[in-house]
Amino acid sequence: MTNHWIDIQHSDCILIQGSNAAENHPISFKWVLRAKDRGATVIHVDPRFTRTSARSSMHAYLRCGTDIAFLGGMINYIISNDLYYKDWVVKYTNATSLIHPDFGFSDGLFSGFDDKNKKYDKTSWAFQKDDEGKVKQDTTLADPNCVFQHLKKHYSRYDLKKVSSITGTPEEDLVKVYSTFGATGKADKAGTIMYALGQCHHTVAVQNIRTFGIIQLLLGNVGICGGGINALRGEPNVQGSTDHALLYHYMPGYLPAPTVEQPTLEDYMKRVIKTTKNEQSINWGGNNGKYAASLMRAFYPNGGTKENGFGYEFFPKLDAGQEASVMTMIDEMYKGTVKGLFCVGQNPCCSLPNSNKVRAAMQKLKWMVHVNIFDNESASFWKGPGIDTSKQGTECFLLPATASVEKEGSQANSGRWMQWKYAAGKAPGDAISTGDIVWRIMTKLKELYKEGGTFPDPILAANTDFADEKGNFNAEKVAKIINGYFVEDTTIGDVTYKKGECVPGFALLQDDGKTACGNWICSGSFTRDGQNLMRRRNNKTDPTGLGLYPEWSYSWPMNRRIVYNRASVDEYGKPLNPKRPLLEWKDGKWVGDVADGAAPPLAEKGGKLPFIMQAEGLGALFGPGLKEGPFSEHYEPLEGPFEKNIMSGQRISPVIKHYNSDMDKVANASAEFPYPMTTYSCTEHWCTGAFTRWQPWLVEAQPQAYVEISEDLAKEKGIANGEKVRVRSARGSLEAVAMVTVRLKPFTCGGKTVHQVGMTYNYGWLFPKDCGDSANLLTPTVGDANSMTPEYKAFMVTVEKLKA
Amino acid sequence: MSNGKSILVDVSRCTGCRGCQVACKQWNNLPATKTIQTGTYQNPPDLNGETYKIVRFAEGRGEDQKPYWNFLSDMCRHCVNPPCIAASNDGDSMIHDEATGAIIYTPKTAEDDYEMALEICPYKIPRKNEKTGALTKCTMCFDRITNGLIPACVLSCPTDAMRFGDRDEILKEVERRVTELKKTYPKAKAIDAADVRVIYILTDDPDKYGEYVQA
Ligand code: SF4
Ligand code: SF4
Repeated sequence: MTNHWIDIQHSDCILIQGSNAAENHPISFKWVLRAKDRGATVIHVDPRFTRTSARSSMHAYLRCGTDIAFLGGMINYIISNDLYYKDWVVKYTNATSLIHPDFGFSDGLFSGFDDKNKKYDKTSWAFQKDDEGKVKQDTTLADPNCVFQHLKKHYSRYDLKKVSSITGTPEEDLVKVYSTFGATGKADKAGTIMYALGQCHHTVAVQNIRTFGIIQLLLGNVGICGGGINALRGEPNVQGSTDHALLYHYMPGYLPAPTVEQPTLEDYMKRVIKTTKNEQSINWGGNNGKYAASLMRAFYPNGGTKENGFGYEFFPKLDAGQEASVMTMIDEMYKGTVKGLFCVGQNPCCSLPNSNKVRAAMQKLKWMVHVNIFDNESASFWKGPGIDTSKQGTECFLLPATASVEKEGSQANSGRWMQWKYAAGKAPGDAISTGDIVWRIMTKLKELYKEGGTFPDPILAANTDFADEKGNFNAEKVAKIINGYFVEDTTIGDVTYKKGECVPGFALLQDDGKTACGNWICSGSFTRDGQNLMRRRNNKTDPTGLGLYPEWSYSWPMNRRIVYNRASVDEYGKPLNPKRPLLEWKDGKWVGDVADGAAPPLAEKGGKLPFIMQAEGLGALFGPGLKEGPFSEHYEPLEGPFEKNIMSGQRISPVIKHYNSDMDKVANASAEFPYPMTTYSCTEHWCTGAFTRWQPWLVEAQPQAYVEISEDLAKEKGIANGEKVRVRSARGSLEAVAMVTVRLKPFTCGGKTVHQVGMTYNYGWLFPKDCGDSANLLTPTVGDANSMTPEYKAFMVTVEKLKA
Repeated sequence: MSNGKSILVDVSRCTGCRGCQVACKQWNNLPATKTIQTGTYQNPPDLNGETYKIVRFAEGRGEDQKPYWNFLSDMCRHCVNPPCIAASNDGDSMIHDEATGAIIYTPKTAEDDYEMALEICPYKIPRKNEKTGALTKCTMCFDRITNGLIPACVLSCPTDAMRFGDRDEILKEVERRVTELKKTYPKAKAIDAADVRVIYILTDDPDKYGEYVQA
């Protein structure tokens, strides 16, 4: 989230798209309803009418997988009806920047597409620069090469008629949503966007969210109270897991994973340190070298030297261009190249796409270590349906872990608050925390490698100093390493920090090995003398009156509650919206939220632009960093109902990876699989249900897998409500109870009737016995080209009556 | 003299999450009912001898042909003049607590006429526990509210759709909220507020929520 949960109450208009917030993040609706009490309009855009729609002011249907068309239409509407916040756009975004004259777009492809390698040469996606290396600007927005003109032209193709025929949303509903949300492009209005996996689980996931970014920048809704782009993250600690890099392409703090193309720390620094010639840009990315050096220092305190880049040279690196997502890992496992698996707190046999393939891949493993609090379909894959257990050769270990409430540690909520929690109870039996498990294994490995082995240096150099005086694993000790500490006495300015003291903020991190820090964004969560600020629980102090509660837990970065908050003031530092003043420049300093950098506002001497994480300091309407292009474009899901994309000759994202195993069948525009399916979770179960299916009161409420279908489709197929049916895709099939409902309806898309259906993925064969199985038996192995998030939310199935 | 306690259930704030349904089972140590999926989110399908609280899910199409989906967190209304007690044949099988106004069924209700109790309750609340034979229903969390706690279901509600407090305060809040809601929902009204302690505020016709919503 750019903002935080409490802040939602300040919004004038809340667009919930790609999220079933009321069901999947129930507490969010405490704040949504408070906003509604204050007169806000709540818009829900979703393929289904859900518990979220029921509590919203309006609901618009769209066919799954068509968000960019829907939102592209909104961009067009905002621009052609002059609803954008022009002053703000000119001052704070790159609308005025001039793009390379060779940049262009034609029939679904941007300039520079290499058809053979299915990727772009991004040379023409660059800005024009003057002799001093500064980006050329046209503040009148008239130059045909400026970002604004390109943006306008690109999205002018998304007219109401075309959008409606793609999304299936009636034109009048489009206009209602566009005009309502578009009305927030004013200084005294705030519109916010809430989204979740409904945007992320697509082959165009990142571009879906980019489109939100464009809309919010056009309306001046970023960095302000009641605004922002708010990804809803919940109990699975997705916020914490991305912060701490539980993904193959990142290191902690969103630093990109090194590849063999950067063999030395110096090479890596060249890659990650951002530069600019714009003296009005803070360009925070200029500090990335300090964060990388300090990270290596934290990883390898016992053998990291200046010569080996503080241990950087030990650090495992991706091959050049290697994509190592979980889908590829399963693919390799299926091919037999991956032979062992540590599976920690996950249930891939139900949660990953194309579960039949996952289940087949697991059987090829030599060994598997599974760490969890309950048994699940993955820990017990070897006795799954259709499997001859006597033929299974995988050696399996099940390590019992503590549940989240049985261990001490921090949990990051969606609003980036790192909240420290105590163990609420003792774990049963031998269960210990995952941190403790990893630490014990690593400690044992070190012991073994001391006796010799192939290349023991990285193992021996790795940090395992995680125990307290009594020799027990200590989460707070790990948190202090994450926060960062001084490796030796260090003088910065006129302050001398002693060796071992905590680094009280990432601005003090060094690139010369004097500081160690496990995750720069968390730096500041401890005070210099080791006070854990994440423990704070002051729910009284609210100096701004806007519910920021700065003394409640610790919000990264630097306890800032709303990021990019300098965008909420004018060039003199005066709040643009006097009703909700988040930040103000007063008597030479910032008051309110923790400002995004201490530098003065733009008009003052040394004044800086608000978008500090962008090299040029400007909000990126034009964003050349992604694989598909600098603007978003509608592409159909890998599997869709049509042969053609109504927008262009390019049906699907041109840059996605295709999997070609015998278990990766795909069926587009197929008469056999005519219904677009979307999958989701219900309130009563958690993810694959691996925790909640053992909980009788939840099973009582949602006992069995169900497939939601419209009354029209039920009639066409002769299916009665509550009847068991078969749901089948090109990859798998399962039985589920048909839920025939007015809440789903067929779409008229591309001149034909398309029946949307939907299903939860909360079930599995293990327990309870008759609950059904995972909807992921149906989903395809395919993901977004940037993030490799699987396309769980849009693919094709058929629904059939069971044979009598 | 206090006017006892009341609970306000504001359906315009209810997201149908069923935290209350589960919290009721948890606090009252009630077993899960063996259920199957029958084509609705409502489960268990109805109140039963081991279920004092369920969220009812009612869907349909409104006048504008758009779908509606209504959620009603159903429970005993703790009537101000409870007809069930009036009809019980044993004077002390059901207790009407003076201080709170809560109606509590004791194990002695095993002797009472179940059919009669169900028949006479305007909201069709009482059920018979198959194992003990006793009649059961919501206790207003009597053991909690007489020990300084609020009812488990109210505590669990993430959106403040339910509120518990002194009846006089709750009645004032009911009035304020109905006036406020009428601006957006002309049909908004409180149900049987004068006669019950558990007062529902609905935003649509009562029959769009369930069968026995209103006396
Ligand atoms: S609602 Fe029914 S059971 Fe509850 S007090 Fe009234 S009559 Fe008795
Ligand atoms: S008041 Fe207590 S007993 Fe009654 S429904 Fe709520 S939780 Fe259950």
